Amino acid sequence: MNGSLVTDTVTVFSRELRPVLRNPFSAIFGMVQPLVFLGLFAPLLPDAVGAGQGSALQWFVPGIVVMCCLFGTSMTGSNLLFEIQTGSHERMLVAPLRRPALLIGRALKEIVPVLVQALIIVAVTVPFGFELHPAGALLGLLILALFCVGLGALSYTLALASKNQEWLFWTVQQTLLFPLLLLAGMLLPVDSGPGWLATLSRFNPLTYVVDAERVLFAGEIASVTVLWGVLAAVAVAGLGLAVGTRAMRRAV
Amino acid sequence: MTTKMIEAKGLTRHFTVRKTTVEAVRGIDLTVGTGELVALLGPNGAGKSTTLRMLTTLIPPTSGTARVAGHDITTDPRGVRRRIGYVGQGNGAGHSQRGRDELINQGRCYGLSRTDARTRAADLITTLDLAGVADRVVSSLSGGQRRRLDIAMGLIHAPELLFLDEPSTGLDPQNRANLQDHIRKLRADHGTTVVLTTHYLDEADSMAERVIVVDNGRVIADDTPARLKADLAGDRVTLVCADPDAARRAAVRAREVAARAGGPAGRAALAGPAGAAVEQIGDTATVRVPDGPGLLPGLLRALADDGVDVVRADVARPTLDDVFLNLTGRSLREGGIAGTEQESNR
Repeated sequence: MNGSLVTDTVTVFSRELRPVLRNPFSAIFGMVQPLVFLGLFAPLLPDAVGAGQGSALQWFVPGIVVMCCLFGTSMTGSNLLFEIQTGSHERMLVAPLRRPALLIGRALKEIVPVLVQALIIVAVTVPFGFELHPAGALLGLLILALFCVGLGALSYTLALASKNQEWLFWTVQQTLLFPLLLLAGMLLPVDSGPGWLATLSRFNPLTYVVDAERVLFAGEIASVTVLWGVLAAVAVAGLGLAVGTRAMRRAV
Repeated sequence: MTTKMIEAKGLTRHFTVRKTTVEAVRGIDLTVGTGELVALLGPNGAGKSTTLRMLTTLIPPTSGTARVAGHDITTDPRGVRRRIGYVGQGNGAGHSQRGRDELINQGRCYGLSRTDARTRAADLITTLDLAGVADRVVSSLSGGQRRRLDIAMGLIHAPELLFLDEPSTGLDPQNRANLQDHIRKLRADHGTTVVLTTHYLDEADSMAERVIVVDNGRVIADDTPARLKADLAGDRVTLVCADPDAARRAAVRAREVAARAGGPAGRAALAGPAGAAVEQIGDTATVRVPDGPGLLPGLLRALADDGVDVVRADVARPTLDDVFLNLTGRSLREGGIAGTEQESNR
């Protein structure tokens, strides 16, 4: 009974997913903040914002979907941090599971709540005039899934690096979260800002993901913007898994 | 199957904390045979947990080698992990999970099929009296229930060798007794080799067939509790006399009688770092000897012949704390309170 990397990953993945399945509302709690932005911020946007893509809502919804992923997934390392403190992570380390599976299984689980949240956001906004283009949205969610695996892996890496210093995890996470969010033009377009801000935002991989999501949710698939989004998501996923696997191999 | 379940040679482990090197384990040789129940006893910070963490592949040794359940901890850690069970100081079950889910998942971690894992989990839930709480969220369980769940998780794959790190810490006396019963039963039913660490003297004394006393990163004694106590501590005979002068005379006579009865081996052992074997304070004389009940009648007769008036006589059997005190000059009880629990976090 030699577990392969795949079966080990499935074991870790299903363990992580089980509390979500047992208590689906936990996934919805993570959405409160994005929904607040959707309800209280979106109406403030002038229609000119979404000029290229129809209404302001059409422009804003893809950004909120990515924001959901950013908020939920960047915090996920705190679950591992907690399990390091309580001892259940140690128990997994003594089990004959392949070290990379401990990280990949956890990171893959992040896809599930993000997809559920995206579907809820779309379902909520369609009655208010959001136009759904299924093919584009589907590809958009695939890119988002890739991105959140990478982001989740990075969050777990941060947790492993913080280990017995919980404050370190939260300080780094909070310090990075808002610059990434604002510089990606998630809430307001960056193009209308000063040049240095627009330049900074070009160095943020999240910008390319958000831009691609906007184009895809508007129904346009054959676009260079989409390609850049895919590249950015693949890069984040690759980096996250590489760094995270390395950290997990060294974990004690 | 080999008859040696654990064979460790010269295990050391250093930690570097803020540029200073801490030698947590300074060269431990250890051999544990199949089916033994061994307790590592020592104060907090002695190196017990660090030793256990090396043997369970959680941390690599700085130097030294060990074969555990037939596999080398450095070159084949997965081979070791497959064969051992481990119950750590924390909770193996995730707090947001349900007990039964975690048990089944643990079985899957060790390569059990879904059906086998489910059956095995159900068996252990019954054995460890978890039926009422197995389907609740772990965070809602009491300390004793969580501990039993941890033990169940360590046993899911029926390991040949089970490590328990401070299994009784934080349990009330009744739960501690229950836990000890479970461990004894496990050995009786399956012949599992058990290695546990503890700083509870009574636990090591009543449970283990072999106690390995660890202090300052080294093994300082290794024998059955009975032999450790007889060889390294001895009984304490206390005589309360009518006045200090009578007590002084009693002490002199007691030394002679003890020397005649104890033989050279007994005398050598009793002249440990804790000081002389005979002591007199006020109207009380105390003498430490290997066999107190055997000494007392003769001693009392001799004192009656001398005309020394003995008011009270008492024989106290030694504890493992007396053993530790004799070996190190420190009490394990004090060390257990004053010591730091840092090593558990590494």
